[in-house]
Amino acid sequence: MNHFVVPPQTVPLIPLAAAALLALLPGYRLTARLNVLATLATLLAALSLLFEPHRPPGPYLLVDDLNIVFIVLNTFVGFTTSVFSSSYVGHELEIGRLTPKYLRFYHAMYQLLMAAMNAALMANNIGLMWVAIEVATLTTVLMVGIYRTHEALEAAWKYFILGSVGIALALFGTILVYVAAQPVIGEGLQAMVWTKLVANAAYFDPSLLNVAFIFLLLGYGTKVGLAPLHAWLPDAHAEGPTPISAVLSGLLLNVALYAVLRFKMLMAANAGAITPGPLMVTMGLASLLFAAFMLYRRRDIKRFFAYSSIEHMGIITFAFGMGGALANFAGLLQMTLHSLTKSGIFFAVGHIAQAKSTQRIDDIAGLTETHPWLGWGLVVGVVAIAGLPPLGIFMSEFLLVSSTFARAPLLAVLLVLGLLVAFGALLLRLNGIAFGEPRGVNHPVKASYGPLFAHLVLVLAAGLYLPPLLVAWFQHVSQLLG
Amino acid sequence: MPNLAFDTAHLLAGGLVLISFMLLYQDRLTSLLNVYALHALVLALSVAWQAHLQNAPHLYVTAGLALGFKAIIIPVALRRIIERLGIHREIETVVGIGPTMLAGMALVGLSMVVMLRVTAAATPIARQDLAFALAVVLLGLLMMVTRRNAVSQIVGFISLENGLNLAATGARGMPLVVEISVAFSILIAFIVIGIFLFRIRERFDSVDIGALDQARGEQR
Repeated sequence: MNHFVVPPQTVPLIPLAAAALLALLPGYRLTARLNVLATLATLLAALSLLFEPHRPPGPYLLVDDLNIVFIVLNTFVGFTTSVFSSSYVGHELEIGRLTPKYLRFYHAMYQLLMAAMNAALMANNIGLMWVAIEVATLTTVLMVGIYRTHEALEAAWKYFILGSVGIALALFGTILVYVAAQPVIGEGLQAMVWTKLVANAAYFDPSLLNVAFIFLLLGYGTKVGLAPLHAWLPDAHAEGPTPISAVLSGLLLNVALYAVLRFKMLMAANAGAITPGPLMVTMGLASLLFAAFMLYRRRDIKRFFAYSSIEHMGIITFAFGMGGALANFAGLLQMTLHSLTKSGIFFAVGHIAQAKSTQRIDDIAGLTETHPWLGWGLVVGVVAIAGLPPLGIFMSEFLLVSSTFARAPLLAVLLVLGLLVAFGALLLRLNGIAFGEPRGVNHPVKASYGPLFAHLVLVLAAGLYLPPLLVAWFQHVSQLLG
Repeated sequence: MPNLAFDTAHLLAGGLVLISFMLLYQDRLTSLLNVYALHALVLALSVAWQAHLQNAPHLYVTAGLALGFKAIIIPVALRRIIERLGIHREIETVVGIGPTMLAGMALVGLSMVVMLRVTAAATPIARQDLAFALAVVLLGLLMMVTRRNAVSQIVGFISLENGLNLAATGARGMPLVVEISVAFSILIAFIVIGIFLFRIRERFDSVDIGALDQARGEQR
């Protein structure tokens, strides 16, 4: 097996090189294919990391049992989204919403985003992690505004303002962590290396760590889309190209959450510091309940699913906030399955919006008749995201609810309330979109069903049978998270 | 003798907070940009002083960046933009000057209380730098909230970022400071010089964010 093994640096470096290359090359066919190839190569490099024993962490990069879950998920969804993206942008070029010049920019930014996210996930250095998340924010801001319509610019501006305030707060928190570490570890690079920080966290000044964590939670929490800092998220999802909505929901929110988790582990290593759990539980529940009720008033199909992402990030943050082996396990599973399902839904929604030339929910009906593949794909996706058996999310939500009932029944009641309210909204809208008399225009689309059904099959398989190897792995990671 | 180093650092950092206050009550874009240039200049001096104190030559890069890029290029670029757009008019503020100043004072008080209490273990210079830096960050946030004009929101954001630079250089021996300041400069450059203002102008002939706030058919 050993000759397949590549150094971990390749995972962020392949997309970085591809970004430079794609910025220079013209032509849709060639660049779309290269985009797919580059993400495939990144995925293979990430998979090869599974087959080697972890190397000792360096001052910048780290691969351990926790982040490899995120890296593999990230590169996999990055790959399937690029397949979807190539058919999506083909259509956008035909109808003239994108010009070849902007397409080149789009592909370069897509790869840069992948590179930044992989770097953030592999960073063993809290400064590097911050820089990577900043770059990821910048690239997505530019891509959200790429259609240059009134609404797209407003969405990009809002995202830029809130996103930069978020990363500015996160930087202040990062500096405070360094200030806390410096008397113990000493000046210089070592005091920003995450593995060093965790090893020595017990001797840090707890009150300084507390303040630092508040800044980090608010800063990175903005990027996770937690209420009340979520305002950028629905606009950014609705107005940008749909592949970007898929990547935002499926991946970037996870990356920000991963950063929060890393700092949560740091806090847990210090006995005098506050426990971050209750803060995360509160923000998670608030996001879940808020988004669940807001779902009923949405009229735009992409905004609708963006609110569903806020809801799910709320659930996941809640799970990790509760902590303990079972809730962490449920959180990890929920996160993985949400990424797969939600990006799958956006694949379907992207082609649906192209077929109907609209994103208004009221103008879309009877999809299972007019576009059976897309329609039924969406039905399965929404049923999965609503948490119905036998699909995977039912299992993670069930685990979470039952473990919460055992420990904090009152919180469990709120959690179940949020889940049921969201469930109602999802099925209500699905009924209108997928069934009934077909309405409005119907253009033929050359859709790529591969990515959509690959994701759905994985989610279904996870609901029916989880391989013991995966269960053992997730259990181990849950223990790491504490 | 013992306190020349500390007093100078204190003076420069305190000056930064004071200039943040001056930014709050400017009601014309041109004077706002002048005050901002002063803000960046004081930051450059403060960073250079830290570089001298800590004997850290790489911090001179950050200082030079603050001087060349933030104190000269950005204000000049923004001035050209507002001249081309013909908006030397007054800045509409959402909240009046009086309440804004009061809120600013409360924020400065808050940052002193919080930071001085939790940084008891740090060196005096790092302590006061962190406290002042948080004050500058919060004042920058306040400015972004109280202004509706895109140019003054950008100025609010880059003054906030100056506060972060102050904190990063005050934390003795912090690695990656130069890289982080470069990353931030790239972010600002992207935003200021290009994309948003040009696109916003191209489409609407206005840089008033209020004009962007269009109903999306489901809210408000």
